[in-house]
Amino acid sequence: MGLARVMPAACALLIAGLAGSRAAPAATAAPDEIAALKAELEALKADTAAREAALEARIRQLEAASATAGGTAAPSVAAAPPPAPAPAYPEPAPPAPVSARGSSNPTAFNPAISMIITGNYAALSEDPNTYRVAGFIPPPEGEGPGPRSFNLGESELTVASNVDPYFFAQVTAAIQGDNSIDIEEAFFKTIALSHGFTVKGGRFFSGTGYLNEIHSHNWDFADQPLVYQVFFGGQLAQDGMQVRWVAPTDYFLEFGGELGSGRSFPATQRNSNALASDALFVHVGNDIGDSTSWRLGVSWLDQRATDRAYADVDEFGAPVTNAFTGTSRTWIVDGTLKWAPHGDPTQHQLKLQGEYMHRTESGALAFDVTGENLSGPYDSAQAGWYLQAVYEFMQRWRAGLRYDYMDSGHPHIGLVSSGTLPATAFPALLPATPDRTTLMVDWSLSEFSRLRAQFAWDQARANDEHDRQLILQYIFSIGAHGAHKF
Amino acid sequence: MPRFTRLLSALGIAALLGLGAPAHAALKVLATTPDWAALTTELGGDKVNIYTATSAFQDVHRVDAKPSLVARARSADLVVATGADLEIGWMPVLLQDSGNTRIQPGNPGYFEAAPLVHLLEVPSAVDRSMGDIHPLGNPHVTLNPHNIATIATALTARLAQVDPGNAAFYQQRGADFQKRWAAATARWEAAAAPLRGVGVVVIHRDQVYLCNWLGLKELAAIEPKPGVPPSAGYLAELVTKLSATPPKMILRNAYNDPKAAEWLAERIHAPVVLLPYSVGGTPEAKDLFALFDDTVNRLLAAAK
Repeated sequence: MGLARVMPAACALLIAGLAGSRAAPAATAAPDEIAALKAELEALKADTAAREAALEARIRQLEAASATAGGTAAPSVAAAPPPAPAPAYPEPAPPAPVSARGSSNPTAFNPAISMIITGNYAALSEDPNTYRVAGFIPPPEGEGPGPRSFNLGESELTVASNVDPYFFAQVTAAIQGDNSIDIEEAFFKTIALSHGFTVKGGRFFSGTGYLNEIHSHNWDFADQPLVYQVFFGGQLAQDGMQVRWVAPTDYFLEFGGELGSGRSFPATQRNSNALASDALFVHVGNDIGDSTSWRLGVSWLDQRATDRAYADVDEFGAPVTNAFTGTSRTWIVDGTLKWAPHGDPTQHQLKLQGEYMHRTESGALAFDVTGENLSGPYDSAQAGWYLQAVYEFMQRWRAGLRYDYMDSGHPHIGLVSSGTLPATAFPALLPATPDRTTLMVDWSLSEFSRLRAQFAWDQARANDEHDRQLILQYIFSIGAHGAHKF
Repeated sequence: MPRFTRLLSALGIAALLGLGAPAHAALKVLATTPDWAALTTELGGDKVNIYTATSAFQDVHRVDAKPSLVARARSADLVVATGADLEIGWMPVLLQDSGNTRIQPGNPGYFEAAPLVHLLEVPSAVDRSMGDIHPLGNPHVTLNPHNIATIATALTARLAQVDPGNAAFYQQRGADFQKRWAAATARWEAAAAPLRGVGVVVIHRDQVYLCNWLGLKELAAIEPKPGVPPSAGYLAELVTKLSATPPKMILRNAYNDPKAAEWLAERIHAPVVLLPYSVGGTPEAKDLFALFDDTVNRLLAAAK
């Protein structure tokens, strides 16, 4: 009996709480029974009204549906007296609605599937196998323009769908031209949180920077800026978790944080329960008038590397393997601005984009780990940036210009300053300021195909030779219509 | 471990900032086009606070998922969209990045207009070689007032559902709108009677509901396939084809590039008629009623 009395009151309180501010005052002021009953009554009233509205909505939806399914041009304003002089404008009889009623359709819940097919022809004046951006500890992969002649690029398969009312999931696998498969992204993302929160987990491109989250088929150039190649080996993918929060402001303000295992350069996956790749970022964006929109971002990455090995030669030219152990911290400032007449990019659009990154690494650098195995402290402060403009000068045609600049600074190498080894024992780390200028023209016959010609004057190598790189690229997209971030 | 707590505390601060946000009185609506914004204004009056994602000068299919739109989606109580894949290039990004469960498809806060009406040009087979066609049918449904009436009925019910406190207000306004709309529809149909059977050329196939409503005869489209701009060869073919059966006029929407239409107009001696297409497309098309008034007036002026 007591329970039966308490339950509705509890429900009422719960409903009142859920109903929000309108019902809340009545519910909170319930010290005695009368107030509780009052609250219950209020909640019941609100509940009934909501049910009534929902039912009415259902009825009207059904009415609307039956009006349209009816076939003739019976307008749903039928309740109002039909105007006498109006001639009837019969719509052509609609085709019989295709319906799968009655038979089960096992493919009805198939996820959205899309495939991107890319490839290029590359003519390079210098040997791509010896490509290395001077002055920096090289990433394990991701540097340089790729091989010469015709190359099959990555074939990127994306399968995505809502899992249930709470989660969305997506897998993007890149089948490489060399027949290997990279899981670029495989993540779940919440869709049931409110107040601007989104949680993502699995493997995903880090939200730091601007270009990092963008898949290669959406890049405006055939390759990544040098600073992405050198600092992240292309793109920073996290195995971990990400939380984003969009602020309740009229302009765009977003905060994000990530915790990752550190499997992606410049961190290394360690045999440890601790995390090795943390990130924080904030994005701000808005419109200026009806033609311009922009986004600015600041990101901070804190990563740890253990025995991060790279190949180099010693002062006599003999190959050695060196390794860095320590922390790697990167600041990124990114900015993007898009302009189109009245905000319509059909005919013309200008996109300006730039990012500046500053990285400090400190820890220990081991020389010739498989031979002499000497170790000493290592500290570096290095930077790089790019600035690019892409302009759609007529429908389907775009031209772009990009400039890359890197500054290796003067890393402090303990083994050199102590006199143990000469500076030439670390040729990869000799101070340098690599740069590159890239021109691009692309032609998109539709939303789903793009042909591109790109020419780069690359002065990133230590020998200061000018690498002239011509890349002709194709990008085709089949399957589900993609939606792209800003 | 301290690194972990540092991150957590930063996120905690962000969460606290979120809780400190003020409560809003009016229902926040994100409308994807000026037409849905205008309709919501008719039905919601001062109980709704509307943000319009696009203008009449934008091709709604091609806009970017701008940061400003993500910000508006985050706080929206209701999204009013066209659906039928019209906003497919950007709406999914807004929905996913908004952190707003109210506006996810399937929840009352997500409203799609096109599926409520009888869609024309539903392809029996789809293949991208046909251009950027919409498998669910032609989504440009606004320019038939009977469609607007159907959508208004459903939108009234939806407003009442997401904002039950003002349900009676929406119902009353909805009934009033339907009365005025039915009268206006009768007026437009009477006035537009001379337009029946008039031959026209369109640019994109986004006038099909208008042509169908008024009985305009669509002789050709300047785009050979949806979303595919015409080549010189195709335009030359059009000139030959249309010389035999010259159209009375060429219809151009406010957001269309005028070049091809003007080129054709010169050669087949038919005027280009600028139509607002959306609320705000012409100075006269200030609201939904004015949009149809202006469209009918411009067509009648050109048909004289």
